[in-house]
Amino acid sequence: MTERALPLRSSWIARLGEGSAFPVLAVLAGLAALWYLVCLPMNAALPQMEGVEGLGARYAVAWGLERPVLPAPHQVIGELYRSVFEVRLSSPRNLAFHAWVTLSSTLLGFVFGVLFGILLAVGIVHSKTLNLSLMPWIIASQTVPILAIAPIVIVALGSIGLVGLVPKAIISAYLCFFPVTIGLVKGFTSPEAMHLDLMKTYNAGRGAVFFKLRWPAAIPFLFASLKVAVSIALVGAIVAELPTGAQAGLGARLLSGSYYGQTVQIWAALFAAALLAAVLVGLIGAAERITQKAMGGRA
Amino acid sequence: MMRAALFVLFPVLMIAALSLAHAGKSGLALAALAGALVAGVLVLRQLSRWAAVRRDARFLVPFLFGVKILLVWEVLCVALGVPTVLLPAPSLILAKLFANLPMLWGDFVQTVIRAVIPGWIIGCASGFLVALVCDRYDFLRRGLLPIGDFVSALPIVGIAPILVMWFGFDWQSKAALVVVMTFFPMLVNAVAGLAAAGALERDLMRSYGASWFQTLVSLRLPAAMPFLFNALKINATLALIGAIVAEFFGTPIIGMGFRISTEVGRMAVDMVWATIFVAAVVGSTFYGLLVLSERAVTFWHPSQRVR
Repeated sequence: MTERALPLRSSWIARLGEGSAFPVLAVLAGLAALWYLVCLPMNAALPQMEGVEGLGARYAVAWGLERPVLPAPHQVIGELYRSVFEVRLSSPRNLAFHAWVTLSSTLLGFVFGVLFGILLAVGIVHSKTLNLSLMPWIIASQTVPILAIAPIVIVALGSIGLVGLVPKAIISAYLCFFPVTIGLVKGFTSPEAMHLDLMKTYNAGRGAVFFKLRWPAAIPFLFASLKVAVSIALVGAIVAELPTGAQAGLGARLLSGSYYGQTVQIWAALFAAALLAAVLVGLIGAAERITQKAMGGRA
Repeated sequence: MMRAALFVLFPVLMIAALSLAHAGKSGLALAALAGALVAGVLVLRQLSRWAAVRRDARFLVPFLFGVKILLVWEVLCVALGVPTVLLPAPSLILAKLFANLPMLWGDFVQTVIRAVIPGWIIGCASGFLVALVCDRYDFLRRGLLPIGDFVSALPIVGIAPILVMWFGFDWQSKAALVVVMTFFPMLVNAVAGLAAAGALERDLMRSYGASWFQTLVSLRLPAAMPFLFNALKINATLALIGAIVAEFFGTPIIGMGFRISTEVGRMAVDMVWATIFVAAVVGSTFYGLLVLSERAVTFWHPSQRVR
């Protein structure tokens, strides 16, 4: 109660320093300022900069270049806006179209991977043989640079006539089953011995123990894993578009941008990918809160 | 008696399946494979029951499981005549590997020695240093940590084409991507790790009159070690992925990512698999070394105790 006695001087400024919103905004503003500052030295060697005198004039040119080494933030956001809202939606020049292509294979792969991950975790928790023989290999499978096999998966599946969405989705699935399995095995084994013993005194079968105790106990672990899984599913989908020279998708957009030196296009695709990742993780966070509330947990 | 028979039957059936498949007798090979699989499952079940009692049997179960998967792969590929483009048999991949050792070694040096390891070291070190700065200035910690968390979820490999433009086609651009990819996991984990030391221990250090630096070295760094090793392990895999993917965007004519993307274009799938095999060995060795040093450094941590 002693703090109450203190005079509340400049209350809203004091509150600004306490939470994390103000520091985050301050750091972001600092980064943006740094970005604008660095634009000149990064672009100084370009031919368009020759003969421009005076610092102000040089910056004015550096922030509006056609194909800069480093575009200014407002150029990227402008490109993002133009390529989403000012081009027909069905046109291959529309970024939303590319984002949709990548998003659809991300989501398909995410669903595959999560279902597979859940199945594996259930098997591992219920069978000692599976636990001993699979777990080391599942962990080993992640020490392998998995994205390296993306091209081969796409070519192999292409040779049996499977092209388009599914091969990309399989790569996403292969990436995202791992956090789900590991998280769920941890979650399924998280009930205390006391709770398991209680279920035993109720004469509960394996099914009842699973659905009434293990599954609810694993829900927090599941959501933590899902957040990791969805962001690497997106990475998988983007990388899967690289080696085959795909025509559509954010990865294809990155690749064509790097071929033709369209830096602003690359940055816009990157911003779009970041936005997509933020939305996906945010959606899972929202689902987590709703589930928690429905299960009667504390937020 | 039954068990002993089983343990003899399994290898016999395995060898039979292999030699029948390579002799061209597909039907018999598949029959032997089916028998070997059934025997294998029974052997694995028996072994995992023993493993509950004898700890040294634990390594046998995953090992035998791996052997079984390889056997299925080899026999199915040979007996069913699976086209090499779809999936080459393990024996083909190994043959290709040994036939091209000098080239693969060159790729290994270019990708791992020049790009992955320096990038990993610089990225982890700078992540750790920034975490130290964050630890001294709380405002920075509160501002940077949510951003670091967010950036860790972003597809950072996407900046590969930009870095290739900035740093050129050679290993420098790959190392730069590795630095960016490994920075944020280390930052987030190191900040969490530096906060891990308990209040009691900190008070004790203060009562000794220890300076910030002394407290850091003798209390907070050791307490942070499990977190730091966690980041180092995550980063080991990320670094390899980053270097290989960055090579998809342009390289000199050497490197593991280059090899994968060009050989895929030429449909030389066995060469790609040989490169993936090298990458797998490098990845697991890197990871394994980190696990070993983690055990040596954080022997006191509950997760390292022998259960």
